[in-house]
Order: sequence, then C-alpha cells, then structure tokens
Amino acid sequence: MDMEYFLELFFSGLTRGSIYALIALGYTMVYGIIQLINFAHGEIYMIGAFVALIVAGVCTIYGLSGFAILILAAAIAILYAAAYGYTLEKIAYRPLRGSPRLSPLISAIGMSIFLQNYVLLAQTPDYLPFPRLIPSFAFMDPVAHIIGSAELVILVTTLVTMVLLTLLIKKTRVGKAMRATQQDLSMARLVGINVDRVISLTFVIGSVLAAIGGVLVASYIGQVNFYIGFLAGVKAFTAAVLGGIGSIPGAVLGGLIIGWSESFAAGYFSSDYEDILTFVLLVVILIVRPAGILGKVRKQKV
Amino acid sequence: MVREFKQSLLIALWFVFLTFPLMVVRVNTIENIVVWRWENILWVAIGAFLLSYCWRYMLARRRQQSKKAEEGIDTRGPLQAALDNVQLRNRAMAVLLVLAVIFPLVFDTYQTNIMVTALIFVVLGLGLNIGVGLAGLLDLGYVAFFGVGAYTYAILNANFDLGFWIVLPIGGVLGCLFGVVLGFPILRLRGDYLAIVTLGFGMIFKVVMENWETLSKGPSGIANIDRPGLFGLEMTLAQSTVYIYYIMIALVVLTIIVTNRLKNSRVGRAWIALREDEIACVAMGIDMARTKLSAYALGAFWAGMVGVLFAAKTTFINPAGFTFMQSAIILSIVVLGGMGSILGVILGAFILVLLPEYLRAFSEYRMLVFGAAMTLMMIFRPQGLISNLRQIYQYKGSKEKAAHDG
Repeated sequence: MDMEYFLELFFSGLTRGSIYALIALGYTMVYGIIQLINFAHGEIYMIGAFVALIVAGVCTIYGLSGFAILILAAAIAILYAAAYGYTLEKIAYRPLRGSPRLSPLISAIGMSIFLQNYVLLAQTPDYLPFPRLIPSFAFMDPVAHIIGSAELVILVTTLVTMVLLTLLIKKTRVGKAMRATQQDLSMARLVGINVDRVISLTFVIGSVLAAIGGVLVASYIGQVNFYIGFLAGVKAFTAAVLGGIGSIPGAVLGGLIIGWSESFAAGYFSSDYEDILTFVLLVVILIVRPAGILGKVRKQKV
Repeated sequence: MVREFKQSLLIALWFVFLTFPLMVVRVNTIENIVVWRWENILWVAIGAFLLSYCWRYMLARRRQQSKKAEEGIDTRGPLQAALDNVQLRNRAMAVLLVLAVIFPLVFDTYQTNIMVTALIFVVLGLGLNIGVGLAGLLDLGYVAFFGVGAYTYAILNANFDLGFWIVLPIGGVLGCLFGVVLGFPILRLRGDYLAIVTLGFGMIFKVVMENWETLSKGPSGIANIDRPGLFGLEMTLAQSTVYIYYIMIALVVLTIIVTNRLKNSRVGRAWIALREDEIACVAMGIDMARTKLSAYALGAFWAGMVGVLFAAKTTFINPAGFTFMQSAIILSIVVLGGMGSILGVILGAFILVLLPEYLRAFSEYRMLVFGAAMTLMMIFRPQGLISNLRQIYQYKGSKEKAAHDG
C-alpha cells in the first residue's frame, strides 16, 4: 500500500477529526450538565465562521494583512459566538428548566432553524469564499504533500485548546463547580454553587470552542455558508455520542474516529456516501454500546 | 417602571451589539465590496426594545397561570373551553367536513391544488402526531417515510406500470416496514438519541436516493408519474385535481377516525402512559419496545400512504423534495397545533401551509418564523394552539344510586 497516500489521509482525517472534537466538546459539556442536546450548537459554530469571514473581509479591504487578520477575526468570532451562546441559553433554554424533556429539545431545534434562516436572510444564501488566512510556512515544504501548514496550525491550536480546557476543568474553582453541577445539579445548588451561572458559563465555553472550530475549518476548507453548521453539528454530536456523551476525552476520541473513518472511506472507496457514514457509525454504536466508548452506564433511579 | 425601561434599553443595546456584524455589514469576498446597512441598527434596537416588554409580560402571565392552575382555577380561554365540550367539538368537525366537501365546487383548480397540499400536510402531521404527540418519540426524519411512499409509487409505476390504487396500500406497508426495521434497534434508546438517529435516517434516505442511479434516477428525479385513475376514465387536469382532492379528503377522514380510535384504545393509552413516565409505565407491565415500535410504525404507515398520493399529485419527484426542512415543517405543525391534539394538528397544518402560500411577501421569512414559533410555543404554550382533550371517565353509578336511596 502507498504509504504517503495513507499518511496524507491520516493527517487530513486527524485535522477534520480535531475540528469535530472541538465542536463535540460543546455538546458533551452541555449534555453533561443539563441533559439537553443543544441542537443550535452547530449554528453557533456557523455564526463564528461567518463573523470571522465578515471581519476578515472588512480588514482586507481596509488594508490589514496576513496573520493580524487571522488573530483579529478569530478573537471577534470567539467573542460573538460566546455572546450568542449565552443569549441562546438565556432565551430558549432557561425558561424551560423543569419542563418535560421534549420541550427544550424542540426549542433547541426551533432555535437552530431560526439562526440558520437569520443568517440566510441577513447575509446571503450563497457560498462565500473565505480568505486564506493561514500562511504557508517554509519549514513545512518538505512534507507539504502529506501535511500542509493549515493542517499543522489546526492541530496545534486544537491541542492547545484542549489542554487549556482540561486545566480549566481540573484545576480551577470554576471547573470544580462545573464538575459538581454535572454530578448532581440540585446537590450543587445546596452547597452554594450558583448553578445558573455555571450553566451559562458552560454554554459560553462550548460556544468559544465551536467558534475556534468554525474559524479554523473556514480557513481550511475556504468557504462559508449559512448551512455549514447543520451537518457539522450532527457529525460532532455523533462524535460526542460515540465517545460517550458527558465525557470530555470521549468527545475527542469520537471526533478523531469520525474524522479518520470519513477520510479513509473517501480516500479508498468513494466520497458519495461520505456524509452518511457518520450515521451508520452512530446507529451501530448506539446498538452495541449505547453509553459510548468511554461513557459510564448511568443507572436510572426511581 | 423606570427599572423596566432601563432593562429594556439594555436589552436593546445588547441585541444591537449581537446582531451588528450579521445585520449591518455585508461582505462580498469575491469582489471585495463591503455594504454597510446602518439603518438596520435602528430596526433591531426598536424591535428588541418592544419585544423585551412583550417577553416580560408573557413570562409574568405564565407565572400567574401556573399559580392559578395550582390552585385549581380554570385558566382556559373561551375557545379552548368550547372545544373541550365534546358535543360542540363534534359539530365543529361536521361543519368543517361539509365545507371541505363543497370546497372544489366553489373555488378554482389553483385553490384546490393548494388545498391538496395542505391536506397532505394534515395527514403527515397526524401521522407524526402518533409518534411525537402520543408516544413522546421525537422523529426528525419523518419525511423519509413520506419519501419511501413517493418513491415506491414512482418506481413501481415507471417499471411495472402498477396503478395508484394498488400501490397506495403497498406504499403504506413499505413505510411501515421501514419504520419497523429502523425502529427496532433504536427504540430502546432514550428520547434524544432517537431524535438524532431519525435525523440521520432522513439524511441517509436522501443521499441514497441521490446516488443510487439505477433505482431512483439520482438527483434528476423521476418524472411522468401517472395520476390516480378512476376505472380507466380520461380526465382533464382540472378534473383530476378535484379527484385527487376528494381522495385526500377521504384519506384525512380515515386518518382522523383511525388515530382517534387508537388514542382511546389499549395501545393508545399505553403510548400516553409511556410518554408521561417511562419507568412507571414499564413497571406496570407494558412492553416498552413493542409499544414504541407500534407508534413509530403506525406513524410511518401514514407517511408512506400519503407519499404515494404526493407522487401521483405532482407527477414528478426528486430527492431535493425530502429534506430536513420538510421534516422540520411537519414537526412545527404538530408543535404549533398542539401535541396529541387532532384538531390542533389540522389547524397547525392549515396555518403553516396556507399562510406562506397566500402571503407571498412573507414566504421568504417563513422558516425564520417557524423556528422562532417552535421555541416560543414551547415556552409560553407547550400544549399548542388547541390542547389535547384528555379522556375523562366518570363513574355514574353512585350518583344514580344516591338519588334512588334519597
């Protein structure tokens, strides 16, 4: 077998997978705390990418260039995604705390449709090309046919983000509060944790991660559209379920598995059915191991 | 007062900030042009300011109502109270039926055609209502079963020259079969997993139909499907439309009767019990997997049948007609109308299909409004426009006996 081709697919799968993982983290964290599939999470990712595109577009016209734009666009995209995530939780999910399980889920689907069409109407239904913001490094030239500079930047950024997230959750006071809320919401409230704030914060962190993913993927693939959030969201959710929902390392593992399986399937077989491979994986996993690879089986108590 | 004003002002500012890049700036990265639409700031600010007042008022009202409900005070509006009256409800249905029957005699083919579309969505809504409304199983890929029916007819008609009436039951049964095959492995899952898997199934259906050229002719779709026949009579387009309209009315009536009877049957009560509390329901000895599966399969059955009719009506189908957006519209019909409520679903279908049809200017915004409506309904009126009538059983014996004794 052609080793170089294999490596190329390996790295492209790794890149995709790490972006799925970034989005999946948002799903998994929110699900861990309030047992809600935040359907609109994919849309937050799309809004992040779109804001970055707008900022980059404006900056290019006013003469900024290169790396400065990337940093600025990413920063503003992150800011806005966080704001949207925060507002979303406040409007669409908080009033539904304590209602039947189906209600917040339908509300989330409603918000997902709303945000998609909001961007569609406020901006454009067309695909917009995203400027190539990630510079190509000279030192990558010898291996450029296997792994490009953009891929390297994505991998490094993802890695750094994950490390920071782990530190935040394991080492800080806020992280401790988050873990406590995840274990038992009402108990956490009893010991004086401001649960509402923790939930808001979870949404904000999830949105920040999604926005990072959005900026990275937009500059990697090179185009943005109001619809990109939907498929990416579904795939990332699958990644979260695959790894075991509620588990952070699980989300990363799930993302990587999906990224690789897509990349190898497209490379060695055909890309016609690439998008549905995820779902086949999802169904198989849910039948064989509903709790996911790293998930704990939670017993329901009455 | 002043506090509220300040709060609304802050909210307006927040939304101006939030919507700034998307509403004000429009970048064309191909030609490098930026368009600044400053006037939008004003609209967003005014809109957010006013809406925040509405929002607060509605939340306060909601709190009040739940308080009243706790104290046992009747919070129903006059319309709802009238509809809860069984006799009145039946009369309303009868009037509706008469209106429906004379409709094509009064209006032209164009209007009848729109009405057929609305009726198709009524049946789809009622079918989905079995799963979502009665059994509490959220299905986001419902349109796939509709597609199964439509493709069944298109393929059988093109290859084997089978007629509409033969395929109608086949379409229903195939939809049902797909429901069982797909539902069997996943129905043991929790509700939200089910939602995502069904969503996936909807997409799988579309992708398969796009790529399996030999079966479905791919993205270009299948054209020249026969309209339903009537003992070999030749019909003009207008006559055929009216004919389809009456078939559709019959199908709707059949659906209503069947779902209504099912709702009050043993299995229907099991569905409702399952929706209310899964654990308690299983503890009472109800076979969870089988009950869920029957709800899922029955819902799919209706979608398959009406899919056949859809293919016969449009005479052309392609995979692009069976997207997630369609599933979302059907779901919002059920949510808007009232989960579990038959009359509500009918009303929901009419609102969601006819409004964008007659208000053309509005149709661009329809998905935006549907999305927002789904969230708002969940928050402020989770029971829908017309809430489900709970079967009330009264023990008459003791009263009569008391009268005797007295």
